[in-house]
Amino acid sequence: MKLITLFSSNWHPLLSSVGTHSMLVIISVGLGIIIAVPLGILLTRKSGAAPIVLAAASMVQTIPGLVMLGFALVLLGIGRKPALATLTVYSILPILQNTYTGISEVPFAYTDAAKGIGMTPMQVLFKVELPLAVAPIISGIRTSAVYIVSWATLAGMIGAGGLGDWIWTGLATYNTDYILLGAIPSALLALLFSASIALLERLLKPRGLRRIS
Amino acid sequence: MRELLFATGEHLIIVALSMIVATLVGVGLGILSSWKKRFGTVIITVAEIVQTIPSLALLALLMIIFGLGNLTMGIALVLYALLPIIRNTQVALTELPPAIIDAARGMGMSRRQRLTQVEIPLAIPMIFGGIKVALVNSLSIAVMGVLIGSGGLGYIIYRGIQQRNMARILIGAIPVVVIALFFDWAMTKIEQRLSTHTT
Repeated sequence: MKLITLFSSNWHPLLSSVGTHSMLVIISVGLGIIIAVPLGILLTRKSGAAPIVLAAASMVQTIPGLVMLGFALVLLGIGRKPALATLTVYSILPILQNTYTGISEVPFAYTDAAKGIGMTPMQVLFKVELPLAVAPIISGIRTSAVYIVSWATLAGMIGAGGLGDWIWTGLATYNTDYILLGAIPSALLALLFSASIALLERLLKPRGLRRIS
Repeated sequence: MRELLFATGEHLIIVALSMIVATLVGVGLGILSSWKKRFGTVIITVAEIVQTIPSLALLALLMIIFGLGNLTMGIALVLYALLPIIRNTQVALTELPPAIIDAARGMGMSRRQRLTQVEIPLAIPMIFGGIKVALVNSLSIAVMGVLIGSGGLGYIIYRGIQQRNMARILIGAIPVVVIALFFDWAMTKIEQRLSTHTT
């Protein structure tokens, strides 16, 4: 009951926290896509570098979020920019990995046929490889977005704003209402991002492939 | 130094105990969901939803219910570890070659004998792979235990963060990363050996 009254008197700041939180996720995953997709494509062209880059990226991924944010706090200070930088670094790996495997698993016969009908390397990439790799790439983006919703609540610690602020306030003052006001919307937000990207995946899949799977 | 060793030990114990519980529960649920398909979809969807909940939010919610301490952290770790274990168990058991099951049935094995003597042994490499993923994740999630009054390396890291002391953060963080990478490497080796034995 108390939670409902607290919610009704706080829905305005809470809504703006949801907005900030979504913005953090969209910006950092967006930057992650801009970095990781071209990098993943590049890695398929230079297969010697791929194992090294992927191993380095997955090593970064084992660093706990709290530690990463601690580094950002010490090196870059408090605020939204350090938070966004950390979140972007984290968003890269799942997208990178899936872009790389997605494109390298396109059957050779297809790219060979594309070459055979006289497509330029760019055409092969954009008209054959990318459409066929769309599903794994998007599922990488989905994994990444779900992670980032989670990391973004942690990033409240270094002043990112968003729903993490409520949870941190609640934890610091042992106020369960504040915890719930932050935790429930952030859980819902993660599910929302996951579901809408899954929907996007279905829409972006090339029409010719839909019937098969 | 002693403090670091103690914290590392505590960290490992919390993770190890949670993994034991998660393996028992996860393999059990995985077996059940390979038998009953509808139950399986429900269980895996629920585990997926739990996995999606941000860790800070899940920890805070569990803290409200179970209070501060190691137990709450353990519950959170078990919840996060379930999905990879359930999913791998279920996939491994449902994708066994039908010929093998048929042969076992033909030899007059009961359902339980088939499960314990044929199906589970063949599924072990993949189940092990699920446990590996869960364990490596848990090592890094357990760092957050400090926020809900549980022990482990998170304590050293968090104190470093509060003092803005890079060296302190690193002292806590390096063992976590090294241990995670070690388990990832060692368990991948074991997994490979297991799968050459079964195929």
